[in-house]
Amino acid sequence: MVAAVMSATEPKAARRRNWAVSVNAWLLLLPAIVLLATFTHYPILATLYHSFFSLGRSGPAEFIGLDNYRYMLDDDVFWQVLRNNFIFALATVPTSIALALLMAVWVDKKIVGRSFLRLAFFTPTVLPMIAVANIWLFFYTPDYGLLDQFLKSLGFSGHNWLGDPSTVMTCLAVMVVWKEAGFFMIFYLAALQSIPPELKEAASVEGASRWYFFRRVTFPLLMPTTLFISINALINSFKLVDQLVIMTKGGPNNASSLLLYYIYEVAFNFWDTTYAATLTVTLISILAAVALTKFVYLDRRIHYQ
Amino acid sequence: MRKDSHSIETFAAWALALLWLLPLAYSFWSAFHPSEYATRFDITAPLTLDNFAKAWRQAPFARYYLNTVMLVSLVLAGQLVIATLAAYAFARFRFVGREVLFGLVLVQLMIMPDVLIVENYRVISALNLLDTIPAIALPYMASAFGIFLLRQTFKSVPNELVEAARVEGASSFGVLWRVFVPLGKTTYIAFGLVSVSYHWNNFLWPLIVTNSVESRPLTVGLAVFGAPETGVDWSVITAATVMTMAPLLLAFLLFQRQFVQSFMRAGIR
Repeated sequence: MVAAVMSATEPKAARRRNWAVSVNAWLLLLPAIVLLATFTHYPILATLYHSFFSLGRSGPAEFIGLDNYRYMLDDDVFWQVLRNNFIFALATVPTSIALALLMAVWVDKKIVGRSFLRLAFFTPTVLPMIAVANIWLFFYTPDYGLLDQFLKSLGFSGHNWLGDPSTVMTCLAVMVVWKEAGFFMIFYLAALQSIPPELKEAASVEGASRWYFFRRVTFPLLMPTTLFISINALINSFKLVDQLVIMTKGGPNNASSLLLYYIYEVAFNFWDTTYAATLTVTLISILAAVALTKFVYLDRRIHYQ
Repeated sequence: MRKDSHSIETFAAWALALLWLLPLAYSFWSAFHPSEYATRFDITAPLTLDNFAKAWRQAPFARYYLNTVMLVSLVLAGQLVIATLAAYAFARFRFVGREVLFGLVLVQLMIMPDVLIVENYRVISALNLLDTIPAIALPYMASAFGIFLLRQTFKSVPNELVEAARVEGASSFGVLWRVFVPLGKTTYIAFGLVSVSYHWNNFLWPLIVTNSVESRPLTVGLAVFGAPETGVDWSVITAATVMTMAPLLLAFLLFQRQFVQSFMRAGIR
């Protein structure tokens, strides 16, 4: 009888304690939950919701099902910015990775002025994109700009670099590679420093050339880093549009516009917020797909192999 | 033969490094010389601070500086407090719904506020906060990344230290304040540096939600000032550009190692 009472009160006390712990934890989390719900979860759901509605410029907004999506699929500009975005990613991601690797290999060695080299490569990372865009804008200015002045001194004629649809993407890609390569370099550098030196000694005893060692040992060991950087660079290429506001406004004729910039234009220049929501759904889907690939491919397969 | 290939590599590395510094070096050249030397490189060209004085006169840069400093401090203070509390709960409490909540926090790592501009604008507008500094800061205040980093740090705190503090009669908050926060110092510094650089440089969202001198941060102020239709002299624009990036650049030069390590931790997560 007494034993029965005790065993009945004990779980009760334990339950009360658990309950108190839960309340404590939820209180600690409250500010974070409220802010995340307001500025991340709700906006994601609201984006999806609004993408099914008409704008309602004259009268109330109406449910129009997939009309906005149909409009998007017929929108040439949408396809162009999406294509631009993939071209931009294809142009910047492999180039900045290759350069980052080269830089990391150089500053990992005993090379004259190593810390100066590191500094030079990394500095663009800490600069505001908007300042960088201002500086590079002047490089590309027709006739008066540095690039044209340099080419003129070699006897070429001036060219409107950012005003020509065939050169504008390359110009922007070069600038972004310049800004990002040094950031990716530090990840390669960390990875290189974790490769055991015995491997290198063993290889040189065997008489392997440096290039052979790099190709067969270093590069495969850096594979997780390469994948990690590729995914980050890919995500960045969908997020980085500051430079467009200053340099091209997406022009000429949308030749340099990217998806997020198009969303910005549709929402805040044309004030077509429901179509902007539809475009945002596309962007969110792309980012989610990339993140899932990262989770499945990188976090599971690469790290634990 | 081996020596040759080494010196070729050294040469190539230096050539690339100088090329990499060229845009920055050029902006300094143009900012500190009279405008007739903007594209004429003459070592005897006179140095001047005129461009800075002109930029300072022509646009309210003092106010922009103040706005950016307020913005960056507000974001950082909010992020540190909110992330510390949340990370403490995730790392040290067992409670109903922990895994689900943590998953919900991680959603922000995947879909950052930077891409939710359309709906966040609606929210800010509904809260009647348009064109204020809190409007720029609020979407970033709860940082999934900060919560994630601090949770990892807090998880590695040895239990003995917590027990010892409990025995001395410390409350839950006491333990957090006296044990966890001091041990998280390096994480706080790493997160702080990344956060400050990010928000000092952030542009698109502040551009969207601000519309007046009183709330515009430096980056937006610079974009407004440098817009081609204003017809401001090129050298003056570079001076303004240098002013915008100078504080971070200076901090980076002074604390290089800290910066590089912080950015690395931030990237790896």
